[in-house]
Amino acid sequence: MTAPLDVDGVAAPPRANGELLFAEPWQSRAFGMAVTLHEAGAFTWPRFQAALIARIGAWEDTADQDQHWSYYEHWLAALEDVLDEQGTVSHDEIAARAHALARLPADHDHRDGRHDHHH
Amino acid sequence: MTAAGGADRAPSAALRTAALEQLLVERGLVDPRMVDAFIANYETNVGPLNGAKVVARAWTDPDYRRRLLAEGTAAIKELGFGGSQGEHIVVVENTPATHNVVVCTLCSCYPWPVLGLPPSWYKDPAYRARMVREPRTVLAEMGLELGDDVQITVRDSTSEVRWLVLPERPAGTEHLSEEELVPLITRDAMVGVAKVAAP
Repeated sequence: MTAPLDVDGVAAPPRANGELLFAEPWQSRAFGMAVTLHEAGAFTWPRFQAALIARIGAWEDTADQDQHWSYYEHWLAALEDVLDEQGTVSHDEIAARAHALARLPADHDHRDGRHDHHH
Repeated sequence: MTAAGGADRAPSAALRTAALEQLLVERGLVDPRMVDAFIANYETNVGPLNGAKVVARAWTDPDYRRRLLAEGTAAIKELGFGGSQGEHIVVVENTPATHNVVVCTLCSCYPWPVLGLPPSWYKDPAYRARMVREPRTVLAEMGLELGDDVQITVRDSTSEVRWLVLPERPAGTEHLSEEELVPLITRDAMVGVAKVAAP
């Protein structure tokens, strides 16, 4: 019942009724950060929800419905929007840090193929 | 910052999430251990079992049932369930003549303390759009055939109202205790896309 979480996600614990709660580890971090920040009073839930509705609505207005749908990408974008609007963390800062993280292991392309789950 | 691949290629969500967490931690706005604790709580503790306990109590205690239908959030709190997304829970009762089914057309509002986090189909654009337009068809596709004489009401959850369905207690379970009823009650029945089956 209290087995440690598999942070790599490949064997993440199933939720009740047999479905994974988070498909990838970053989704759980994005979820947990939004809830933690809200509980700490960083923003109201309706504020976050409005940002989430806006992101989902924009996708639904423009995407043909066969296009890739990722709920937590909208969740993350909504969180970034709220924090950017409040001046807490800007979109540019996140982008700059993400690019810096991408360059960390020299000459390694993070975009193509996840080399760490090849077994 | 003008190196190839810098501006024209958006970093992945995983990288942006890691970047955001670093920045928030550096500014003292997020404690990673708190984030860990929230995630672990939803992955191991908070789930449909809570809602099943609420439903089983309502099936076996008429006074509790009245309180639950009158003041959902308060009655749920009596059993110790509350917290994020637990405000403004309104419970509606399914009967042989009327069937309620829950959707969040705009995003993913859902009563976390009693059902945990929503399943992927609940968040899916197709479910959110189609359940409003053609509930009888969508329910049938999900395995719930309702007669034409059953009135279907689609409940749209928002941050002001989060709906929870009190399913019908199935015939043939009159002899079961509250504890014996709990395992029969599924998440899908409490969203209204299924009925509770007798054992």
